[in-house]
Amino acid sequence: MKLLSQLEIGEHATVAVVNGEGAVRRRLFDMGITPGAQVYLRKKAPLGDPIEIAIRGYELTLRKAEAAHVEVQ
Amino acid sequence: MLKFALAGNPNSGKTTLFNALTGSTAHVGNWPGVTVDKREGTYKKRDEPVDIVDLPGIYSLSPYTPEEVVARNFVLEENPDCIINIVDATNLERNLYLTTQLMELSVPMVVALNMTDVLKKRGDSIDVKTLEKRIGLPVVEISALKGMNVDDLMDRALETVKIRRVGRTVLKDSILGSAIVNAEIAFKLKGVPAPLFHAIKLVERDEIEVKNHPQEAKAVEAFILENVCKDGFCGDVEAEIADARYKYITEHFSSTLTRARKLDYTELSKSDKADKVLTHKWFGIPIFLVILFSIFHLTFSENMLYLGSIIKPFGEWCGKEGAAWKGIFFTDGLNSPGIILFNALDYVTSQIGEYLAKGLNGLGASEWAIGLVCDGAWSGLAAVLSFLPQILVLFLFFSILEDTGYMARVAFMLDRLFRRFGVSGRAFMPMIMGFGCSVPAMVNTRTLADEKERAATIRVIPFFSCGAKLPILTAIAGGIVLSFGKGNADVITYSMYVLGVVTALIALLVMRNTTMRGETSPFIMELPTYHIPGFKNLMLHLWDKAKHFIQKAFTVIFASTIIIWFLSNFSWDWHYVGVANMEKSILASIGKLIQPLFTPLGFGSQLKAFGWMFAVAAITGLIAKENVIATFGSLAAVILAGFEGTEEGVAEVALIIQETGVSMPALISFIAFNMLTIPCFAAVATAKAELGKGKFRWTLLFWLAVSYLVSCMVYTVGEWGWTAIVWGILAVCAVVGIVLYNKIMDKKEAK
Repeated sequence: MKLLSQLEIGEHATVAVVNGEGAVRRRLFDMGITPGAQVYLRKKAPLGDPIEIAIRGYELTLRKAEAAHVEVQ
Repeated sequence: MLKFALAGNPNSGKTTLFNALTGSTAHVGNWPGVTVDKREGTYKKRDEPVDIVDLPGIYSLSPYTPEEVVARNFVLEENPDCIINIVDATNLERNLYLTTQLMELSVPMVVALNMTDVLKKRGDSIDVKTLEKRIGLPVVEISALKGMNVDDLMDRALETVKIRRVGRTVLKDSILGSAIVNAEIAFKLKGVPAPLFHAIKLVERDEIEVKNHPQEAKAVEAFILENVCKDGFCGDVEAEIADARYKYITEHFSSTLTRARKLDYTELSKSDKADKVLTHKWFGIPIFLVILFSIFHLTFSENMLYLGSIIKPFGEWCGKEGAAWKGIFFTDGLNSPGIILFNALDYVTSQIGEYLAKGLNGLGASEWAIGLVCDGAWSGLAAVLSFLPQILVLFLFFSILEDTGYMARVAFMLDRLFRRFGVSGRAFMPMIMGFGCSVPAMVNTRTLADEKERAATIRVIPFFSCGAKLPILTAIAGGIVLSFGKGNADVITYSMYVLGVVTALIALLVMRNTTMRGETSPFIMELPTYHIPGFKNLMLHLWDKAKHFIQKAFTVIFASTIIIWFLSNFSWDWHYVGVANMEKSILASIGKLIQPLFTPLGFGSQLKAFGWMFAVAAITGLIAKENVIATFGSLAAVILAGFEGTEEGVAEVALIIQETGVSMPALISFIAFNMLTIPCFAAVATAKAELGKGKFRWTLLFWLAVSYLVSCMVYTVGEWGWTAIVWGILAVCAVVGIVLYNKIMDKKEAK
């Protein structure tokens, strides 16, 4: 088990669990980060944070703090 | 009249479709209570006109963002006759996620499958017939940008209106299906409209729904505990429902999409390739700075591309010095488009002003009447409208950046930097726009999701010294160098810009830790595929902005301008004194009255005879900040009859410095005060519209307080260096106070 925020650039993973609560958690779900979804870490922002992932065929950016709610394998 | 609602994800081409359907009939307003754009227009191509409402772009019907709440309330309460759900075919799964929620309402609905042309170009295809069957709704392939099949879409929508539709859900077979059916029956018995939608939201433990139906909510919880838990599921309903929706979509809907090539994230699309450069680790931010510089250069430069010396002979060859149109196109070199438009409008308005004066003179109008019409009404209006060309040029550039998808990348690159000050990366753009003009900058804060973050950003935008404040800086800095024989005008000007930015950042930090407390809003954002913006959309967007500004210019701003003109041209006994005798005007006596207030700032009671001039100039600056220097010009003529000023106003300032005996720190404090205090009426009116009444009053007070405090500090430290220690101690106390306050508040919230 790893956190989405710990992925290296160019790494593929599958979402396992989404933690967190309230608006942030719901937002993660709504954007398609649900258990079983394939993610790919495309890149990190020039200052190292936020990160850019590819999921469900589109590009999504989120902060490491938010990505830390997502467990992947 | 029939009423259709347009619903869909952001970046799905919803506004483009709206423009294609409604054309010039569209008008933009606000949804009640929130500053979310509400677009409405009429579709007229069929016998029956249809009212089309463009709902805000949303990803879901969750209760968390104002956009979602607005859209949700509209579809539930306003009973649209049909929902047109626009779906981006190139991003099917996530777009259909919203569709699965919308279809739960008992409203006729059509799916508009947009960007099918882009899809086909890729070699992919969607089996529309099968999708239609599985989704249970009419699906029409369109291209909103090209206007393809848009009328067919409306025909299909008009057909569906005739048939009553009952909400359907993809969740029936999920583990929570029985709980949903149960709650739906309860709502049906109560006669609640859209029972299925409410049932699902209740099972989801949706905040709004639980609040509205506390009794049913309890029943649902009990049902889940009793019936669902024994099947091995007990707990995370929100996750379960989102998951079930996406699972259903991938199983039943995504399979209708045939890809020419297997989806492979490591294979770079055109957009990804562009991103490789534009958000590059080392080049990303420098490229952005170059783009930003180019925008400002094209809007404000009087020497485009620095071709001054090369273009000059050409400029001399094509027109004599002083020829009107030469002045429009050439200043130090070739003018930028922004300046050309500015000059052209200025030329037209000043010509009209001259004819007005001549005409009134010919009619034998009295001096004050001519003054009122020409100097008060017309020049006031012209002063405000003169900003319009550059505001629009700035708007145009920023709309292009927004529509291409680049703005999202800017937020992505800068988020980390700005989070430290309690705002997200998106706040950067409006702030930097403030260097041009506060009006478009404030409107642009609409891209910020969080209300507190937005209000805080609007408040600090004027601190980013706008184009109109530059004349104050250059004139007074020039005057200082001329009178005191020390300092460097460029260094002073530059330092004042820095002071503004530093003040803005400190103010943000303080606000986000005191009155505007709250977590930085989440930053979970789509990076849309780059695309070329549609010309028609850009123009419609610009026209909206221009309309708003002109309306304000003719109402609030115009009225305020006339009042100030009246105060500066009339004496207390209602006699017209004119600008030449401004010292007898009402404004001058107000200036004298409030002059003592400025003593701690260095330009108050300690000054000699003409000290009130500073207060008066600051007040006239409310019309437009350039007026501060223009007023100095008029006042210099009061001091020394027949005084001939210079265009930059340096000589005027030098004369006033000499006569009032004002000190150098006090002058710098005066610049700081004008930079940070209440901005011009145009910006104030915009802030009012964007903030709402309660926050607006505090904002005015905030501007006064910040400008007063900072100017006082500048003056005292400049005059008596040791006071820096006092300010230092005060600052430390404030920091300690804020930290303690936050600790206490955190504890309270934890409880």
